[in-house]
Amino acid sequence: MADAPAGVLRRAGEGVHAYGLIVGMWVRSTMAYRTSFVMMALGNFAATALDFVGIAIMFTHTDTLGGFTLPEVALLYGTTSTSFGLADLALGTMDRVGRRVRDGTMDTLLVRPVPVLAQVAADRFALRRLGRVSQGVLLLAWTLYRLDVHWTPVTLLLLPLMLISGAVIFGAVFVAGAAFQFRAQDASEVQNAFTYGGTTMLQYPPTVFATELVRGVTFVVPLAFVNWLPALRILGRDDPLGLPGWVDFASPLVALVCCALAGAAWRAGLRGYRSTGS
Amino acid sequence: MADGEGQGTVDGFIELDGVEKVFDVRRKAGFLRRERHRVRAVDGISFRVPRGEMVGYIGPNGAGKSTTIKMLTGILVPSGGRLRVAGIDPARDRTRLARRIGVVFGQRTTLWWDLPLRDSYGLVRRMYRIPDARYRANLERCVELLDLGDLLDVPVRQLSLGQRMRGDIAAALLHDPEVLYLDEPTIGLDVVSKAKVREFLRDVNAERGTTVLLTTHDLTDIEQLCKRVMVIDHGRLVYDGGLDGLHAVGGSERVLVIDLERELPPITDVPGARPVKVEGPRQWLAFAATQSAAPIVAAVAARHPLVDLSVREPDIEEVIAKMYADRKAL
Repeated sequence: MADAPAGVLRRAGEGVHAYGLIVGMWVRSTMAYRTSFVMMALGNFAATALDFVGIAIMFTHTDTLGGFTLPEVALLYGTTSTSFGLADLALGTMDRVGRRVRDGTMDTLLVRPVPVLAQVAADRFALRRLGRVSQGVLLLAWTLYRLDVHWTPVTLLLLPLMLISGAVIFGAVFVAGAAFQFRAQDASEVQNAFTYGGTTMLQYPPTVFATELVRGVTFVVPLAFVNWLPALRILGRDDPLGLPGWVDFASPLVALVCCALAGAAWRAGLRGYRSTGS
Repeated sequence: MADGEGQGTVDGFIELDGVEKVFDVRRKAGFLRRERHRVRAVDGISFRVPRGEMVGYIGPNGAGKSTTIKMLTGILVPSGGRLRVAGIDPARDRTRLARRIGVVFGQRTTLWWDLPLRDSYGLVRRMYRIPDARYRANLERCVELLDLGDLLDVPVRQLSLGQRMRGDIAAALLHDPEVLYLDEPTIGLDVVSKAKVREFLRDVNAERGTTVLLTTHDLTDIEQLCKRVMVIDHGRLVYDGGLDGLHAVGGSERVLVIDLERELPPITDVPGARPVKVEGPRQWLAFAATQSAAPIVAAVAARHPLVDLSVREPDIEEVIAKMYADRKAL
């Protein structure tokens, strides 16, 4: 198992190539039913947009939520929605691993000459999930127009960095969750608690939650790095845990560590499967 | 056919030496209590298959057939022993080996369920990086011989079992694999589909020199396709050889059916034969399948008023059933 770095890179390249192939095919087959696709994407968009309408209605009764104004909450909402949407678009169908192990179709992926992770990730790629991403992006655009903050080059750079790191962190959670399904085939609900549950949480200011919970998503499952910590820097606020300032910029590093851990979990899961079977 | 990999291709393209697979099975034994016990699914199997051979791999359910196939393809990692396919260790180099083997699982498809066959094949072409000309030639050939022409644009989920199986076999052969593993390729197929699949496999083996290893419950598959058969039971190889040899090992018997001029008591005075059934003037005499029928016929004709006779060959199915039963009795 001692792969040289070059070998790991080559495998990663093969994986991305295979992922692209399978995704391309799914997109083409989706586009065969264009109307159906447009309806599904609009539905996806509307379902997620209604979520924010709820928050907006809340603000008709109050000016601030946990000390945050509507545009400020919208920044949190828009960033987490975009990040999660991107991860969900790319890897959202990975929660079928458990079913594949149960019905034995995992074996059919193992006899193909491309990485299993890429095949599982690209399986049934659903372009309609663009609905969530576009909703996040639109909201983000509105927020940036309405938000009354002093932009510096640093905070301007922090915004795209936050979105990408956030997507990668969520992606790692998807992979780790899928890896766990090798062991416990019905574990997709546990994963949903972190992904869907996590986004819902990150849509609100950290100040409305108990400190223990904020601490948990900072140090245990590092979801706070998706948007809370960098967004607070952009908004010029202190985080409720009083962490040192550089932590606001640690998201890319946290994302990398998450990737490494998720990758290790995936390999362990697959190795376990190959020694025990279904 | 030239390849630099397999040094041992002369005597074995597929080589197994004492291969084992042990599973740890946990079973519920009351509330929260779990009992662990070990199951030896494959218990020290050794065999060699030379390039271009077509071998049948049979055994009762749970004998370890599928586990063996899974180890040969690299899906499962063996617990012990040595295993090589084309000189490659499947457990270590699974993806590299994958380009050189084709696998068909009878019970589950390797195709993409929601896509038409044509799209699945296109994806296979890109995944295996099959050169265009070769891909087109192979596809054309499979479409013709497996009768897939009308099915190419039908999503896999709408295909019947027989159609899907043919589609799967084609998919496994597009990249010109050197070995083809088939796990129950004719299970659930109707007579026509079975015949078509068998004919195609025979062609592939004869023309391409593709090594074929197939597991099956249908012994007709073996009789029509394989000169060599391996029988596995309880994770051990209990027979490896020609189909004919099974009779000797299985202690099977041929039956001489004789019609006499009139009803007689059971004939017991012919050495090597024993009466198994009497029905009016007709009697059934069983004798070892390895023995010649001539002296028995001569002895019967010399002592009794013989009108007509015929010899029944032993049923291979019965032979194997008897082998399993004998082993169980041990």
